[in-house]
Amino acid sequence: MTDANQQMVEQYRNNFLREVEDNVEEGEWVKMCMQCGVCSGSCPLGPHWDHPPQELFMMIRAGKRDEVLQSSSMWMCTSCYNCIVRCPRELPITHIMHGLAHYAKRLGIAPKNQPTYKFSQKFWDNLTKTGRVNELKLGLALYFMNGIGEGIKTSLKMKDVGLGMLLTKRLSPMELIGGHKCKDTKGLQAILKKAEELEAARIPVAGK
Amino acid sequence: MSDEIKVGAYICKGCGLGERLDCGQLATIAEREGKANLVREHDFLCNAEGVAMIQNDIDNEGVNKVMIAACSRRSKTEAFNFENVAISRANLREGVIWVRPDEDEAQETTQEMAADYVRMGCAEIKYMTLPSSNEEAASNNSLLVVGGGIVGMTAAFEAAAAGYPVTIVEKGGVLGGSAHDEYKRIPESTPYADPEDTGVADMVAKVEAAGNITVHLNSTITKTSGAPGRFSADISTESGSTTTENFGAIIMASGASNYDANQLPELGYGKTPDVVDQAGLEKLAMEANGGPIKRPSDGKEVENVVFVQCAGQRSTKEGHLPYCSGHCCLTSIKQAMYFKDQNPLVDTNIIYSDMRTPGAGGEDFYRSGQKKGITFTKGTVSEVTVGANGPEVKFNDLILDQQVNEKADLVVLATGQIPNSGVDIDLPIATDDDEEVDLDNLVPEVKVESILNLTYRQGPDLPHLKYGFNDSHFICFPYETRRTGIYSAGPVRRPMDMAQAKEDATGAALKAIQALENAKLGRAAHPRSGDLSYPSFRKEGCTQCKRCTVECPFGAIDEDEERYPQFNEARCRRCGTCMGACPVRVISFENYSVETVGQQLKNVDIPDEFDEKPRILVLACENDAYPALDMAAQNGNHYSPFARVIPVRCLGSVNTIWVTDALNSGYDGIILMGCQKGENYQCHFVKGSEIAHIRMSKIDDTLQSLSLEEERVSTYEVAITDIERAPQLINDMAETVERVGMSPFKF
Repeated sequence: MTDANQQMVEQYRNNFLREVEDNVEEGEWVKMCMQCGVCSGSCPLGPHWDHPPQELFMMIRAGKRDEVLQSSSMWMCTSCYNCIVRCPRELPITHIMHGLAHYAKRLGIAPKNQPTYKFSQKFWDNLTKTGRVNELKLGLALYFMNGIGEGIKTSLKMKDVGLGMLLTKRLSPMELIGGHKCKDTKGLQAILKKAEELEAARIPVAGK
Repeated sequence: MSDEIKVGAYICKGCGLGERLDCGQLATIAEREGKANLVREHDFLCNAEGVAMIQNDIDNEGVNKVMIAACSRRSKTEAFNFENVAISRANLREGVIWVRPDEDEAQETTQEMAADYVRMGCAEIKYMTLPSSNEEAASNNSLLVVGGGIVGMTAAFEAAAAGYPVTIVEKGGVLGGSAHDEYKRIPESTPYADPEDTGVADMVAKVEAAGNITVHLNSTITKTSGAPGRFSADISTESGSTTTENFGAIIMASGASNYDANQLPELGYGKTPDVVDQAGLEKLAMEANGGPIKRPSDGKEVENVVFVQCAGQRSTKEGHLPYCSGHCCLTSIKQAMYFKDQNPLVDTNIIYSDMRTPGAGGEDFYRSGQKKGITFTKGTVSEVTVGANGPEVKFNDLILDQQVNEKADLVVLATGQIPNSGVDIDLPIATDDDEEVDLDNLVPEVKVESILNLTYRQGPDLPHLKYGFNDSHFICFPYETRRTGIYSAGPVRRPMDMAQAKEDATGAALKAIQALENAKLGRAAHPRSGDLSYPSFRKEGCTQCKRCTVECPFGAIDEDEERYPQFNEARCRRCGTCMGACPVRVISFENYSVETVGQQLKNVDIPDEFDEKPRILVLACENDAYPALDMAAQNGNHYSPFARVIPVRCLGSVNTIWVTDALNSGYDGIILMGCQKGENYQCHFVKGSEIAHIRMSKIDDTLQSLSLEEERVSTYEVAITDIERAPQLINDMAETVERVGMSPFKF
């Protein structure tokens, strides 16, 4: 898509919209946006998005495939559901944002240094290992996400909170070794594997 | 009953009047000064007993003129509705006790105020007579419908179904008008999802099936004269034969024409056949008839189509239409569906600045378009150029803030509607050799021929309201025009689509039926519905100055062979603008005349200059300003006890003699309260307030000749909601009088 001429031809065609409809969760709703902008105005993080939801929808319709899928915007969504509640056309905007992020990730073109992107991966890995979220490990992984130095700094900053949680038995240091898990971890892994196969048959994952 | 005048004055003591006022003194005034033949007080005049008392006097005592001193004339109208007697009302409640504080020191001036209103009521009733029914009243049940399109046909079969015979005059060779040229119409029923068959054939069948509809095709109206109940129209066919028929009322359904897209070369129209207007696309769709639509230049099946909304519309550029044509957004959605329904893979892009989808199903249809995959792009199109493979649309995407150059197979321009409203009678007449006259109208010039060819003094067609549309007020008086008995419907009235046009036609048919029924009884139409009074003039006094014929907002007055005004009562709305205009004061109504108001203001007691009790005359429009003052009273908003308020039918009926008389009688200040004038006027009689303002701007000469200060007379626009402001204006005048001093003309 570097050829400017090619890009011009493809603009405002329905190709990318159809791609989104086929591959993105709730993507068939994108065409129903009427560009009122209530979602963008309602988003608590709106000012920090490169492209607020309503703009993303227009970009999809305008055929800006790379700009949409490589955008960090939908990774900014905190799932507060303000937009869904307020959308006069009742679009499931939050779900579409996650759907777009998921699709971009599968295609391997999501912005890899985006903190939410990284955290999402860590959360997923943490959860799928045992079937339960290991909060201590997840927390530490988050602190050390950007290297040892920053990890220690963050840990020290948060030490009072951590100690408080220890004292009130909200946090068990024993979680560091093994931790709690669901009854049938193997069964869970099998389910996830099968799901991945099914999904891969639908949308091929980049690099595989 | 003898012809002798017997005035009965009735003074109510209810609603606190008895406690606040010395009603015995008021009764004495009515008897001694008001010269009432019979004066009665009652504790509760509007109850059954009080009303029976008055009725008894009418029946047995020979009372034929009733003066009721109680509440405002706008209250208790049903209780105080006596037949066959003239009635005047002295407003003691809203006009006196409710606008004055209940305090001992205010008592004296409050009583004086009440006494003056009793004097005024008695003076007014003396000069009023009971309106007799109109001698001119004519009866004709048939309706003339001008135009045989969707609107004309709907109006015709709706009126025919109500039992009124209808004649349709259609210029073209078939019924159906512009709907004939459409492939499908915007849906008019749930689920409002897909374009529907236009339904023209069904409507034509319905018209033909109705027994009482006559259709004249290939015909125009070459002359229309008369008034409601007795219109006479010459219907001429193309071949030249003319028949004259009589009608009770007329419905103007001449529709609209398409804007000439040749005026939009910047949008590529005329440069390539692949840029069409909406009418052009309907043609292509009809040719395709359900198959793939092909572009005109090379017959290639259209794979990509761009719709440019607001083409030459909603723009102040020269030659563009300044208004929104109302239907084009829906029409473009409909037309995009022609493509999408045939082949969902065709790309359709509608570039709009505001999506406007009026009507019950508008939003559903828009949503349906989105579901079908029409791309809606908020943007502004700057240019359409001709590229190698077809037109290219240059536009600015307002959401993405980017300049785009989109290639298309076909471009459709959503151009607007221009009303077929005939000649603009308010424009100066341009002669052929004087073509450069700047008519200062934004509507592009087309060669205009009169549609109705009225023989009216003021011009051959209906006056335009705005942008060439025939209406008198889009919101307050739909269908009404400024020619009584002629109602406009459909896109000649305001821009609209087919569904709205049908509704419009039905409304106008109802109005037209009302008009001809009113004409039978000699009653006024809206807004003084049912009024039997009508203007008459004293021919001996007339100087043929023609002010009445020129200023009548409804063109009701023609001129006879001797150049005297010729009143067509059935066309009259009873505003009295002619009465206000007449410099020799020969025009009057039975119950409203120069005398009924003039005598009221002359009978007010004007205290000596040294009493420090000024008098302020307030002439208030009975439609807005007077109710505003009544409501101010209901809210307990007080005002100066020196004001004397006289309601007038319209500020346009205010004759400057009243102002001169008032100044000569020693009034210290005069306030005129009328409705909003100008472009967004609120005047019930369209021009009345405006004309009054013009007349009053010339009152300075009178003031100068009397050596009086200009501030003593002021004219205001007062809305019915001005319940704080209206009393304030009176108080301001009281302050002004205090500042400039008392009038020296008190005798």
